[in-house]
Amino acid sequence: MMPSIRLEKVGFRYDRSWVLKGVSLDAERGAFLGILGPNGSGKTTLLNLIDGVIAPREGRVLLEGTDAASLERNELARMVAVVPQDSPLIFSFTVQEIVLMGRAPHLGRWRFEGKRDFEIARDVMERTGTLPLAGRSMSELSGGERQRVLIARALAQEPRILLLDEPTSNLDIRHQSTFFSLVSELNRTQGLTVIAVSHDINLASLYCRRIVLLKEGAVYGEGTPEDIITEESILDVFGAPVRVDRHPQTGRPRITPICNTPPERGSRFNAGAAPQL
Amino acid sequence: MEDTLHKIVTPARLIRVTLLFSLAFLLVAFIAVLVGPSEIAPLEVLRSLFRDRHAAETAASDTERMILFSIRIPRVLFAGIVGAALSTAGVVYQALLRNPLADPYILGVSGGASAGAVAGILLGASTVPFGTPLLAFAGALAATFLVFGTARKNASLSSNTLILAGVIVNAFTTALVFFFLSISSSNEVHNVVFWIMGDLGIASGKDIGIIALVLLGTFILIYAHGRSLNLLVVGEETALRLGVSVESTKKILLVAASILTAAAVSLCGTIGFVGLIIPHMMRMLLGADHRLLLPASLLFGGAFLIAADTLARVLLAPTELPVGVVTAFCGAPFFIYLLRRRA
Repeated sequence: MMPSIRLEKVGFRYDRSWVLKGVSLDAERGAFLGILGPNGSGKTTLLNLIDGVIAPREGRVLLEGTDAASLERNELARMVAVVPQDSPLIFSFTVQEIVLMGRAPHLGRWRFEGKRDFEIARDVMERTGTLPLAGRSMSELSGGERQRVLIARALAQEPRILLLDEPTSNLDIRHQSTFFSLVSELNRTQGLTVIAVSHDINLASLYCRRIVLLKEGAVYGEGTPEDIITEESILDVFGAPVRVDRHPQTGRPRITPICNTPPERGSRFNAGAAPQL
Repeated sequence: MEDTLHKIVTPARLIRVTLLFSLAFLLVAFIAVLVGPSEIAPLEVLRSLFRDRHAAETAASDTERMILFSIRIPRVLFAGIVGAALSTAGVVYQALLRNPLADPYILGVSGGASAGAVAGILLGASTVPFGTPLLAFAGALAATFLVFGTARKNASLSSNTLILAGVIVNAFTTALVFFFLSISSSNEVHNVVFWIMGDLGIASGKDIGIIALVLLGTFILIYAHGRSLNLLVVGEETALRLGVSVESTKKILLVAASILTAAAVSLCGTIGFVGLIIPHMMRMLLGADHRLLLPASLLFGGAFLIAADTLARVLLAPTELPVGVVTAFCGAPFFIYLLRRRA
């Protein structure tokens, strides 16, 4: 089967130093891929290459077998949707206006949103819990609410590929799991290909079927969460000592950071061992 | 679904709002035509408009007709078109530069036009047909190219660099204006001041025709990008990801808005405030969707400048004020009121 996304030895640099170099990657239709890596390892650049915001300096990005560079912006936007990180709005649109913008790639220059567009907008707002916010101005919302609106907008595009850039960074624990359950469901039932960039290793481990670990612009490792999320690889890539055990419910790997500084005297964990001064 | 949606832009709403604003525009224009230093009876105006021109009239109504058709109506028409042009350009600049403080003059258009026009006035270009406007237009284009050239990097235009380049070019051209003024000993200073503050009393039929054509052409072009403007306001990356060819769209719209502004400024000087406040007023009233914002600003901006120009004509009659003084006097307090009410 033709892969949904294929990166062939992709490289990108802004000026002299390469941000990404020789990255090859395949994601089948219906894949749920997590991209992990420290700050500056090229995670967001990788996403931007896939959705064509930037063009690779080397190699090719193929979307369903077609070179992304040869696609019209509209075609690309009907295929790939992005949930970006939140950015402030200059002039305030209402929530429903923002969600309906997701229909833009499906409409021509002069066509107004029709019945079907409103139905889709309503459906995705219902599923993301943003329907009660429909008439509110984006600038009145909390960070978490805005993020859910951006998710709704991406879903309104009816994409076949969904890219998530730190999608749950502003969400509380309930909305985090609601969001990932929704994306997982679309991934399973509709064959939506999902690629998520995240700092949250545990969340990625829980929901992603495969993980790509990036280090200094190159692929350090790729595989199932069990293969990739180990104490050695996290120490090697992030430089952070962690313990890895199993998630009590799913059995997926779960990391716990190891404290560098000893716990404070008097805390109940070492009260008995604290030396008396 | 539609009834659960709040104030979304639909074709029906677009038509409703456009009709309403057109009526308001016509009403303001009609009143403005009646008002002036010499009284014209409303009924006489109506009669002049509807009655056969060849019908026998008294000498008095001939004078009135002359005032009406050669002075009042052209001036009101000109004010309406210039106000519409500046408001439209203001909407586009604020969206493209993603800056609520942007106005049509932010990218050096007005500075360049002023330098060209002042040089023209002092050198006596006003004796040549279209002398001053042509020099002003050339100055506006030169300044705009200078700004675009400065801000251009890797074939893309960054909003912040554009604004900075505009500030610098405007500072430079202001210096040029003062330089021209300080070396001139002519009596043209009054004309220069009127030009800089904006003067709608100098329009000929040809001027009106030119600016009307420019407005028609650029407005259609800009309106065709209404949805793209919405997406660009949200962010350039967002626009790209939702299918807009960002760089080419930005260039087309910046050039269209700059030509529109240059045409208006070179014919009537730099009338301030209209292009800044009308887009904000319309946004507060109707929301941020450009498919509605553009026609509403066009019509309301036109009506606003007609009203301001009428005040400029009658407030200290027979002395006439520069219309820019009136737009600032009326516009600033109203804008403060809107901001406060919203806060």
